[in-house]
Amino acid sequence: MLWACIIFPHMGLDSVLRRHPEPNKPLAIVGGTAQRREIVAVNDAAKAAGLRPGQRLAAAHALLSHFAAVEHDERARERWQGFLAAWAYRFSSQVCAEWPSAIALEAKASFNIMGQWPAFERRLRQNLSDLGFRHRIALAPTAHAARILAGVQDGLAVLDDAQLRNTVGRVPVRRACLPDDAGDRLHKMGIRHLRQLFDLPRDSLRRRFGIELLSYLDRLLGVTPELLTCYRPPDIFDLRIELSYEVENHQALLFPIRRMTSDLAAYLAGRDGGVQAFVLHLEHEDHPATHVAVGLLSPEREPSMLFELTRGRIERISIPKPVVALRLVASQLPPFVPEAHDLFNERPAHAVPWPQLRERLRARLGNDAVYQVASRTDPRPEHAWRRDDRTQAVVELDRPARPTWLLPRPIPLRDPRPVILAGPERLESGWWDGGDARRDYYVIETSRGQRAWAFCAVGAQGPWMLHGWFA
Amino acid sequence: MSQALALEDLLAAQHVWRGRPVAKPASGQPTGNPALDAALPSGGWPERSLIEILLGADGVGEIDLLMPTLARITQAKRTVVLIAPPYIPYAPAWQTRGVVLRHLDIVEADAKHSLWAFEQCLRSGSCAAVIGWPQQIDNHGLRRLQVAADTGHALGFAVRDRKHLDNPSPAALRLEISLNRQVSIRKCKGGVAPARSFPIALCH
Repeated sequence: MLWACIIFPHMGLDSVLRRHPEPNKPLAIVGGTAQRREIVAVNDAAKAAGLRPGQRLAAAHALLSHFAAVEHDERARERWQGFLAAWAYRFSSQVCAEWPSAIALEAKASFNIMGQWPAFERRLRQNLSDLGFRHRIALAPTAHAARILAGVQDGLAVLDDAQLRNTVGRVPVRRACLPDDAGDRLHKMGIRHLRQLFDLPRDSLRRRFGIELLSYLDRLLGVTPELLTCYRPPDIFDLRIELSYEVENHQALLFPIRRMTSDLAAYLAGRDGGVQAFVLHLEHEDHPATHVAVGLLSPEREPSMLFELTRGRIERISIPKPVVALRLVASQLPPFVPEAHDLFNERPAHAVPWPQLRERLRARLGNDAVYQVASRTDPRPEHAWRRDDRTQAVVELDRPARPTWLLPRPIPLRDPRPVILAGPERLESGWWDGGDARRDYYVIETSRGQRAWAFCAVGAQGPWMLHGWFA
Repeated sequence: MSQALALEDLLAAQHVWRGRPVAKPASGQPTGNPALDAALPSGGWPERSLIEILLGADGVGEIDLLMPTLARITQAKRTVVLIAPPYIPYAPAWQTRGVVLRHLDIVEADAKHSLWAFEQCLRSGSCAAVIGWPQQIDNHGLRRLQVAADTGHALGFAVRDRKHLDNPSPAALRLEISLNRQVSIRKCKGGVAPARSFPIALCH
């Protein structure tokens, strides 16, 4: 087994910056108690101005009058850890997310699909940069070793067990994530590197530091199996973003929404599933949340498409109060089957697939704007067809000639000289459901050359009621 | 220019290139009406272009004219879209005439949005044929549709009132349907419009 460990040194800051509209302006994450407010993390622009973590908020304000302050959220770390684990689950079935700000994934089994390590690593880095997370990656035969190597040097790759002992041996003990305070104590005893620790007799180590240190070292070197809890993806996607300012117009909502839909798409790709319906909650101060439901006719997971659909829906609603937070909940996550294409596809290269175009039309024109028709066995013309989004069985009936156009409801046909071309065809039906109909249908040519399908009372020839056109 | 040259000398010396009529590539979109196909320059609907159908009133055979094409396209599992049709496409009749309803989609839209939907469908490249009933459209709008049809490799059919016949149009083909179910060619790009008219085959 080969484990890749990805450490996110600035997870809290990155998770804020990646959905901030102006990440290059000075920004600080502020935490601490109400009495003692202090800076938790700062971005580069704020650091250049002299702000640093641990500073009092008042001191920071004295140094820099204008900077964006974002409240530190303890639970956010857990949420983003879950998000990143879901992302890593795309690359490997064994993902471990139990260490803070670190994700370990088993990489060797995925080499066949993702390519050998340098290519695989590039792919991970590319993906993480797109998601907006700074990271350090290392590869080692054990997850524990990968974790401490990633902490020491970015991009290290140890491919076999023989090298492992040698490489890990050069890691300083204080950075080896040893259990309890063993690292500090060893350092004070003059043991600087793991190599020296490996050479110490195990008996005395156990006496001084307990059995945990020994078993940790065994797991680190792969002598005993590692016991890791594997990540299991949840069955519901629920993402909430608190906006640092109040938003009143649609345009300003689009940026965070684009991030949310691309996160949803990333999650869906990890599950190899699609989304059929999701709800976007716009949360307001002192006002019930506005719900924007986005429904699709078939499962999809294309990020740009999900964004465009949400945008279409958002632009149609009015925002009653300023929005303070956004939440995206997707609970219907059916399996996704990508559309099959012809090998010799003769369509233009930039073609938009029909399902995507259909959703775009529905987003702009309304949910019921695109439909199909199907025929039914009912003899009454107005009941012999139905609107249908998914045509199921094909009904084949041997009927006399039927017009291609049907009027939504019959209207009187006023024509000076109608000519009867065919008929009558008597339709008498519907006594069982109250829609009783007794009519004689004729094909009529009007004086303007139109071919009409009209009916009149049984036995009579006029007055005519127009019901369709033979167009 | 004091020296005059005899035209015959120039031609004999082959210094002048004379354009010859080149046979256009045969269209892959026959109309289903052999007489009409023979009269059209490309032997069928002009591909990747907008076709205008002008008529005096609804129900004079405009759908019968298109029906063989629609049946052929839907049977080939390509999508046909109707943009805001004036009436309900009556499913039993369309099915009897050979249209596969699973590949026929109808878009409901008001006058303003129907042009947008028309252009989107033409441009997308996923619809083989798009039929629309634009009521208020100017020359500029028609040109947009023509460009969209060219981009999306689609057949666009715009069914309009006959009163627009006098106005110029960028459509590649303009057909007029007269009262006795006769269709006549009013404009066809790449050829001379024949004077005779063609009866529309009765599909029912």
